[in-house]
Formats: sequence, C-alpha cells, structure tokens
Amino acid sequence: MSGVRLMWRKSLNVLMLTLTGVAALVVVSVLFMILGYLLWNGGKSLNLGFFTQLPKPVGETGGGMANAIVGSLKLLALAALLGLPIGLMAGVYLAEFGGKTFSFVTRYTTDLLNGVPSIVIGIFAYTLAVLPVKHFSAFAGGFALGIMVIPITVRSTEEFLRAVPGNLREGAMALGASKWRTIATVVLPAAKGGIITGMLLALARVAGETAPLLFTAFNNRYWSPGWGQPTASLPVMIYTYAVAPYDDWHRQAWAAGLVLLALVLVANVGTRLALSRGGAARGV
Amino acid sequence: MSSTAATFDSAAPPKTGPRAFIRRLRHGDEVAHTITLVFAASILLVTSMIVYELWINSHLSRTQFGWSFFWTRVWDPIFDKYGALPYIYGTLVTSAVALVIAVPLGLSAATFLAELAPRRISDSVAFLIDLLAAVPSVIYGLLGIFVVVPMMRTVIGPALKGSLGFLPFFQGPNYGVGFLTAGIVLAIMVVPFIISVSREVLLTVPRDQREAALALGATRWEATWKVVVPWARTGIMGSVFLALARALGETMAVTMVIGNATVISASLFSPGDTIASTIANQFTEAAGNLYQSALIELGLVLFLITFILNGLARLLIVATERGGQRA
Repeated sequence: MSGVRLMWRKSLNVLMLTLTGVAALVVVSVLFMILGYLLWNGGKSLNLGFFTQLPKPVGETGGGMANAIVGSLKLLALAALLGLPIGLMAGVYLAEFGGKTFSFVTRYTTDLLNGVPSIVIGIFAYTLAVLPVKHFSAFAGGFALGIMVIPITVRSTEEFLRAVPGNLREGAMALGASKWRTIATVVLPAAKGGIITGMLLALARVAGETAPLLFTAFNNRYWSPGWGQPTASLPVMIYTYAVAPYDDWHRQAWAAGLVLLALVLVANVGTRLALSRGGAARGV
Repeated sequence: MSSTAATFDSAAPPKTGPRAFIRRLRHGDEVAHTITLVFAASILLVTSMIVYELWINSHLSRTQFGWSFFWTRVWDPIFDKYGALPYIYGTLVTSAVALVIAVPLGLSAATFLAELAPRRISDSVAFLIDLLAAVPSVIYGLLGIFVVVPMMRTVIGPALKGSLGFLPFFQGPNYGVGFLTAGIVLAIMVVPFIISVSREVLLTVPRDQREAALALGATRWEATWKVVVPWARTGIMGSVFLALARALGETMAVTMVIGNATVISASLFSPGDTIASTIANQFTEAAGNLYQSALIELGLVLFLITFILNGLARLLIVATERGGQRA
C-alpha cells in the first residue's frame, strides 16, 4: 500500500518537475522563434535603400524609411532631453537626501507612473502639447516619450547610487567635503557606469513605443524639418505598414521590425554585459 | 574649520535658526537638497497632472452620459452616442485569456528556474527572458498578424472547434483575428513579467524552509508545491497582478490582431475591441468634441484600473520580500 503511494509520489515528482522544465524551454524558444522569424523575413527585405530613401507611394516597389529612422532619433533626443535630467536628479534625491515618508511616496508614485499604459501617456501629451496648438509635432511625441523615460531612469539611478559603498562617502566627508560635493565629485562618478547604462536602457525601451506617438508625433511620408511638424518614426511606420493590405508594405514592415528589434536588443545586451562586467569588477 | 561643522550638520538632526541655515546654504547642501527635491516632486506633479488632464478633458462625456457610460452597449460616432461596455468586456476577456495561458506557463517556468535549475543556467535564462520583455509591442503585433493570425485560422481554431466546439466560447465563424488571438499574443507578452518577478520572489524564500521539508521526507516537488510556493504566495499574486495590469493596458499588439469591432460575444473567435485598441484606432479620427471626450474618458477608466492594480501588486511583492528577509 505505502509502496504504491511512494511510487505515485515519486512519479508525480518526476512528472511535475519535467513539466516545469518544459515550460521554461517553451518560453525561451519563443524568444528564438521571434528572433529567427524577424531575421528571416526582415533580412529578405532589408537593403541599403531602406536606410537612404523615402517611402514610395502605393504601387511602386522599393523605397525606404530614412525619414522614420531620423524621426525616431529626433524623438529619442527630445525624450532624453526631458526625461534623463529629471530622472537623474530625482534618483539622486531618493538615494542621497530623501526623508522617509516623502521618499516612499515618490518611489511608489514612480512605480505607478511606470505602469501607466503608454496609450494614456499619449492622451496626456495630446491634451498638453497638441490640443493647444492644434497640430501634431515631433515636440509632442518627444514629450510623451520623455515622460516614459523618467520612472525607469529614477529607479536605476537610485539603485546604482545605493550600491556605492558608504565608506567612499565617509572618506570624502572626513576630508571636509560638504554633502553636495561628496555626491557630485565622489558618489556620482563612482556610479557613473551603472547610471548611464540605466539611461540607455530607458531610451531603448521607449524607442519601441508606438501607442504614445499615434496622436502626438503622428506620421509623415516625407522629411519633417524642424520640431513642430508631424514626424515619422519606426514603430508607427511598422504599425501603419503591417495593417495595410499591400505586400510590398508588409516587406517594408518586416525590414523596419528587424532594424528596430536589432536596435533595442543590441542596446539591452550591450549595456547588461557592460554592467555585469562592471559589477564583477566592483564586487570587492 | 567651519566646513567640518557643516558636514556634521548635514548628518545630525538639522539645527534651527537662520544663522545655521545660512551657514549650510553657503556650503550648498540645502541648495542641492532643494533642487533634487523639486525634481523628485515633479514626478508627483506629472502623475497628478495626468489624472487632472484626463478628468478635465473627459468632462463633456462624463456630464452627458454619467455612470451609464459603463453599461451602454452602443458606440455610435454618427449619432454621438457612446457606451464603453463592449470595450470593457473586450479588455476583460482578452486579459482573462492571456492569464489563463500565461499564469501556469509562467509559474512553472519560474519554479523551474528558482528551484531546479543550477544558478548559472537560471541566471542566463532569466537574462534571455528579460530580453523577451524588452521586445517592443509593435513587433509582437507584427508577428501576431503574420504568424498567430494565420495559425489561428488554419490550426488552432479548427482544433479547438473539433475538441471543445460544444462550449459557447468556441462557436461561430473563425476569422483568425479576435479575442482569442489577442489573448494568445498578450499571453506571450506578459509571460516574461510573471517569470522574472515570481523567480525573484521564489528566490527570497529561506533555504531552511526547503531543507526542513526535504528532511521530513518530502519529494522535491512536494517541497516546492507545499512549502515554497505557499510561502511566496503573496508575491506570486503580485506578479500576476502586474501581468494583468500590463495586459489590460497593452495597446499595439492587441489593436493589430483583435479585428476592431464593437461586439459583445461569448465566442472567443469573434472580432472585438479593447479600451486601449479603441483609443488607438479612433483617436485621430475623432471629429467632434463629444467623440474625443468619450475616448478620453476611456483613457481615464484604463488609467484608474491599471493604477489600482499596479498599486496592489507592488504592495504584495514588497510584503513578501520583507517577509522573506525577516525570517
């Protein structure tokens, strides 16, 4: 009797443990399927023209997304300009100055801001930056992305500042430096690598955002000079081209998808590798 | 030297009196404190401004429809009648489908990574899974349109009809796009979040809990299932809430595969729309103030739901991790 029960327990053990392994395998293989599929389809459609030409009208084959690539870079620059300083300073506050209650509230709000659906951020940017002037602009798109950059930067900055050993701070203070000098000349430089990494990851994340751009930066089939006009971006182009009924546009969408994914993954892998190497060096 | 005194000032409880304040000001500590404080406060400002703008700009729709906005089934831009029920329904159904698929898959994988896999493998797989979380949602949408939708039409749909066709969920025409397709794509998108958060929560469970169970003769699975998982239960719930909040708010991938129709149907094959996909689809075309106001009210609803869910999730995760540290 108990032998049967033991057998049952042991086989259940093996079965369930195998199942958990299979689940992990399935999830990881999804990543490789995504990569493989994009490489295959995107690689077929990618050529030099994609990077140098404007989109062609429907019916003409070829053409590229040069304007969308430049547009994405412009939007990212604006987002960096708005989001990174705020994120950095707020991160410094939380790690170095923060009192108890206010820090908790700020930290909590930051997490919640991070979880706000991107489409809602899009509406917010629309009401502030599009509605008053009555036209879409790169500026509005950059504003929306910049807001999304803030919470990610805050948390990574705070984390890396906290990882700086306390005796560095004490050493600086013992030499007579005031607190802000300690932070500016000792703590921040010590955490520099990590903080920059966090910033790059934040930008990489918003580089792929589409929803906040739909009704802020909108889209453009041509170059958009300056910052006050509708601006094309890679994610919005992928969306527009993928849902359109033309085969040639689908090919372009795959190519753009490959470029965007390559950009995002390279930024992620690169920064994380740099980080783990830095961590190994630091982890004395 | 006076700078030594200033250093101690900033560490000790602040002295009162204008002279002490001015002395510290000279050294810049108060200035730096104030400047960074302003930046930190700007985060609170931005968040409350989001609420304010959504509230003000949905004024027209809120006064016109009141609470009936939530249970009206009609969404008609021509006659300016707006009710959110079909979209609320679509949002809940797609998220439910996503969780039904993603929770068992994600928790199993997290258990494997936290309990069974050697630390090295566990860490590198977790790294790959974090990459999966970094893939932009429009890419998931692209793959959804060209991979999942055709599969749905030719393989998954017919198979479900053949085996479970007696259920109302799997009846009616199958177009490839619809609630089920959106749910599947969402499941793929939220699995990484469930795995990475649950794995970390599971790793905080104290080692002696496992060892005690094993010492009492439990198999590895029993130790995991009856001791480790219950210990981490609140944190795991937190990870599920986090995933749910993401699924509810996800826009692009859903918009691309759900078929965009204002429909309430028990059939999961039916095309539909979620709150987020409706906003994405219709916002730029929204001529007329009431139309736009109704869409912004949808945004407000979405914001509030995800806000509450995220808040709960964070509390749960923090509670579990603290519990693990205390033991």
